[in-house]
Amino acid sequence: MTRSKALLLYIILVLGVLVALLPFYWMIITSLKTPVEAVQFPPTWFPHRVAAQNYPEALKVAPFGRYFFNTIIIAISTLIGVLVTSSLAGFTFSFIKFPGREFFFLSLLAMMMVPLPIYIIPGYLILARFGWLNTYLALIIPWTVNTFSIFLLRQHFKSIPESIFESAMIDGCSPFQFLTHIALPMIKPALVTVAIFSLIGSWNAFIWPLVMTTSDKIRPVQVGLAYFIQEQSTDYTLLSAASTLVIIPVVILFFIFQKQIINSYMKSGIKG
Amino acid sequence: MKRLINPYIAFLYLIPVLIIIGLFRFYPILFSMRASLFKWGIGGPGAFVGLKNYLHFFSDKYFWQAFSNTLWYAIFTVPLTLFISLLVAVLLNNSLRGIGIFRTIYFLPVVTSIVAISMVWKWIYHPEIGLANHILNCLHLPPQNWLAEWRGIFELMIGRELPLFLKGPSLALFSIIIMAVWKGLGYNIVIFLAGLQNIPENYYEAAEVDGASGFTVFKNITWPLISPTTFYVLIMTTIVSFQVFAPVWLMTGPPAGGPLGTTNVLVYYLFDNAFNYSRYGYGSAISLFLFVVILALTVFQKKVIEPRVHYG
Repeated sequence: MTRSKALLLYIILVLGVLVALLPFYWMIITSLKTPVEAVQFPPTWFPHRVAAQNYPEALKVAPFGRYFFNTIIIAISTLIGVLVTSSLAGFTFSFIKFPGREFFFLSLLAMMMVPLPIYIIPGYLILARFGWLNTYLALIIPWTVNTFSIFLLRQHFKSIPESIFESAMIDGCSPFQFLTHIALPMIKPALVTVAIFSLIGSWNAFIWPLVMTTSDKIRPVQVGLAYFIQEQSTDYTLLSAASTLVIIPVVILFFIFQKQIINSYMKSGIKG
Repeated sequence: MKRLINPYIAFLYLIPVLIIIGLFRFYPILFSMRASLFKWGIGGPGAFVGLKNYLHFFSDKYFWQAFSNTLWYAIFTVPLTLFISLLVAVLLNNSLRGIGIFRTIYFLPVVTSIVAISMVWKWIYHPEIGLANHILNCLHLPPQNWLAEWRGIFELMIGRELPLFLKGPSLALFSIIIMAVWKGLGYNIVIFLAGLQNIPENYYEAAEVDGASGFTVFKNITWPLISPTTFYVLIMTTIVSFQVFAPVWLMTGPPAGGPLGTTNVLVYYLFDNAFNYSRYGYGSAISLFLFVVILALTVFQKKVIEPRVHYG
């Protein structure tokens, strides 16, 4: 590539960066403005006086501590559930020959086709019958099985030669021991991918918890933020401070694990 | 060997999956089908009404509005996403220094929550003091009402009223479309990059030896060889665009879906029926309609477009 071509390419890509980052920049500087400065027009690109008190103020107005706590409980429980169920099922579908295997596997794949919004009404009515509305159970148990994760782990288990499994069985290893001691350590990168999707999914989940919760005690952070935005709809300095707080954990994790995260998404496209 | 493991142990391992899939994926679909045949209000299932909920679609003008809004949303979101993300992916598929940083930054909106993103875009779109109008001002363009504008974008372009679907989506809906394209771009760029990296280098080397121009290379090498990825992105963005909900709930109104129902989409409409008016039966009928539309579109794309896809 010639130098002038490379320069043009960089200019286009930098413009793209400005477009990608501008809303984040706008959120952060709004969170640092005083309410008076925030409503000035034309708006200022840098706050004249940094008003960091928007952050403690936002935390005082709504129980964000509680929301964060709820989300962490939900995210970790869901993660454990997903890792257990998809390891077991992915392993079973790749190593154990049992009657109806194809049928069960294809049914599972078919379930992947159903979009989430289809579930909110029946999900709500069924969970109401269980008495699970406004409980962690409603936000955790239905999401402890993830068909995509089962599919992904099955693909990786399939790359382990059958002969290793057979010789382990002959040596008197149980299938479960084989799974925990031999197979799982061999597919660690795939487990990381499953964990990343599960955690990001739990952190950002919105429509399901919106429908299933009405109490601040249970609400995860996205729903708490959404109601905070609706109730404080005019003071954008507080809204921006609260929103910034809510995205910071994911943004930090994203920059630390960006290679793994982006690679996971890349692979999801090829496999899916 | 065969005797060493009992095949029925498989069911033991699958118990958790079977219970949860059965209870929370399979049963709800059947439940929804049944509920759609009832008048189902706040007190639980009422009278059996057969297909009345479905027949009600025909006389419900809000349903048709929600359906056409959803179609407009998809018609704009899908091609815009496809075109821009492929373009950016081709630009990023160069071995220049620091190219990975761009990829990372473009990806950032994908992992951040739609709630926070919707909040800041609503703020940017503020009709009096928003950043969007400030930028238009600086470019000497007239300010817009953005999320408060019910007039169609084609009407605004030519400056007079238009009938029916010639109006196009309202500027309010189009504002959401812009945000949605912005948010989804990074994911599709990364998917396209994965596809581009699978194209063998020697094709490009051969083209360079032959002295082919940039556009010829794209048309004859990149475009056919990337087509499986393009097809995948097409199917996925179509499916996802029919499920838009959060930005409508978060950015429009009150009441959400406004102004004048021009941002009301199918998922918001079923949500509104079920959770604001306790019409669970009718809401279920709308969800199943949406499901059938998505399935039909996926099948259509597989039948009509997939034959034109070039699988290495």
